[in-house]
Amino acid sequence: MNLHEYQAKQLLARHGVEVPGGQPCTTADEARSIAEKLFADGQEMVVLKIQIHSGGRGKGVFKDGFKGGVHLCKSADDVHEKAKAMLGNTIVTKQTGEAGRQVHTLLVASGEKIVDEFYLAVLLDRETSQPLIMASREGGVDIEEVAETNPDAIVKLNVDPLLGLQPYQARNLAKALGLSGKLIHSGAKLIAGVYKTWWACDATMVEINPLCIVESPDGSQKIAAVDAKISIDGNALHRHNDIAEMRDLNEEAELEVEASKFDLNYIKLDGNVACLVNGAGLAMATMDAIKHYGGEPANFLDVGGSASTEQVTAAFQIVLKDPNVKAILVNIFGGIMNCNTIAEGVVAAAEATQLKLPLVVRLEGNNVVAGRKTLADSGLTLIGADSMAEAAQKVVAEAAA
Amino acid sequence: MAILVQPNTKLLVQGITGSFGGRHTQLSLDYGTHVVAGVTPGKAGQKFEDTVPIFDGVAEAARETGATASAIFVPPPFAADAILEAVAAGLELVVAITEGIPVRDMIEVKAAIAGSATRLIGPNCPGVVTPGTGEDSHGGCRIGIAPGYIHKAGDIGVVSRSGTLTYEAVWQLTCNGLGQSTCVGIGGDPVPGSTHLDIIKLFNDDPGTRGIIMIGEIGGSAEEEAAAWIKANCKKPVAGFIAGTTAPPGRRMGHAGAIISGGKGTAEAKIEAMEDAGISVAETPSQMAEALMRIL
Repeated sequence: MNLHEYQAKQLLARHGVEVPGGQPCTTADEARSIAEKLFADGQEMVVLKIQIHSGGRGKGVFKDGFKGGVHLCKSADDVHEKAKAMLGNTIVTKQTGEAGRQVHTLLVASGEKIVDEFYLAVLLDRETSQPLIMASREGGVDIEEVAETNPDAIVKLNVDPLLGLQPYQARNLAKALGLSGKLIHSGAKLIAGVYKTWWACDATMVEINPLCIVESPDGSQKIAAVDAKISIDGNALHRHNDIAEMRDLNEEAELEVEASKFDLNYIKLDGNVACLVNGAGLAMATMDAIKHYGGEPANFLDVGGSASTEQVTAAFQIVLKDPNVKAILVNIFGGIMNCNTIAEGVVAAAEATQLKLPLVVRLEGNNVVAGRKTLADSGLTLIGADSMAEAAQKVVAEAAA
Repeated sequence: MAILVQPNTKLLVQGITGSFGGRHTQLSLDYGTHVVAGVTPGKAGQKFEDTVPIFDGVAEAARETGATASAIFVPPPFAADAILEAVAAGLELVVAITEGIPVRDMIEVKAAIAGSATRLIGPNCPGVVTPGTGEDSHGGCRIGIAPGYIHKAGDIGVVSRSGTLTYEAVWQLTCNGLGQSTCVGIGGDPVPGSTHLDIIKLFNDDPGTRGIIMIGEIGGSAEEEAAAWIKANCKKPVAGFIAGTTAPPGRRMGHAGAIISGGKGTAEAKIEAMEDAGISVAETPSQMAEALMRIL
């Protein structure tokens, strides 16, 4: 589960990480009053940032032509005007796709004077099954680009999960970033806080980009998390009620939310061949087979191990809501399940949804002969297939017809 | 011969009184597997289906019945504890079927059990099957949730991150007259107890295994690591398949571990590493057995 920047900063602040002062809001008037307080506290600049689960916000363009989802403002009036232009408006960034994303929330924060920028992230190192801290002297840019062009700028540290991050390790990382003097302590404290956030919140990733040396009006310097991104392990939400409440359904595809209500794992793609499969690996492999025979999969859909009539019906309803779909492939390996039960479920679901599109069904496994007979006797115009390869070829041909 | 378990292995089931655990325990008993004990804290003295004694803890269950392997069907919030209990009891093999264990729990478990004599398979896996020689492979050791009848006793080893793709491969082998020594589902989570490489080393050393099918999917680099080892060390023919060529980056494809992140973990990179290691990679999932038969 992804969090908004303002939510990520709330969690970070809770674990001792320095973040620029500010608050989220949903109206232009609120934005103005938050900004007024920040200016009254002596801030020279206030930054206004749209809150969407997508990168490239600064360079995004709104559908009405208004440019940029991040603005530095010198006055509360300016904040009000820009907030009004962005709230409710839909922005397209390099990550949103053409449909773009509607803006519901803004973060109004103090516009810090930035002296230097770095990168810091905590994630799982799958090779060692340990937490991994990645830090880079180059911040504010795409880390994958830095890894390509200047890999020496990136420092990596594995943390023993049973001991946790040790203070000396945090200091070493701060030094590796080029920090010196008092900033080593400020940096080490922040790094320790970011690690603690990752661990305590069951995050799958915490990314601070940029991590900055910021200068106060009095000339003193400190280290702060100027932007932040956090993803949480969905399987651990049962022990984080507060974080579970941060879920923003506006940011999730409607059909995917709908599918999750039926315990279906659905991901919408751009093709026109829908597929319903039991098991995640087989579902991916079915998409691959469709592509292999020249088609484009419309979705990933794992109906789970049981593939009950209710689930298959819900699955049909969901894929049918995708207007691109021209043909459907059902691919079930009925291991424990009786294939005849599955076949009856497919027939019932096709009837309940008054399915008109070509339907190719490949059943294999337990009691498959009876299952195939049920399909053949159903009166539905469905197309049978004995192997996955044959099924993929047939459904691709139907979608192209 | 086989790896991890033999037809006479004595098995206990943690979470035997849950509906999922109970159903699959019954199927294992029907398959002829020696399920000798169940564990559900607070239910000691009861019996599962009037035959299998239930204990409060793993240690006493193992002591009383001689069980050396455990199948874990405990719900996700309590599964890490169940694994640690089984390891503390000194079992040789622990197979965690449970899907949805928090990653942090598995990071701790993996660190805590490093160096112990116990082998952990899973979590989020279909389990382990060593087929028997009876009708429909009856009489084998079935730990987990795989359909037993699709197997056939023989000399091909199968290792996979995906349940249904394992069944596909096994069924293709059986239909082509090729039996299996042992089939191991290592699971779809990002922190697995055992990797492809761990299992392939066991197959390589097993005199009862003649050839290997290795099934992988997007996410992580376990397939690449296994391929590098196979290239340098494996004495047996290996065929493979990788799912997820069409998976979009940054999306979790059903399995918690099936995600391309930061450009890493793509199907292309895995297939390339496998082909470079001389592994016969199937173009479609329908051709897994065929890919192996080409090089046997």
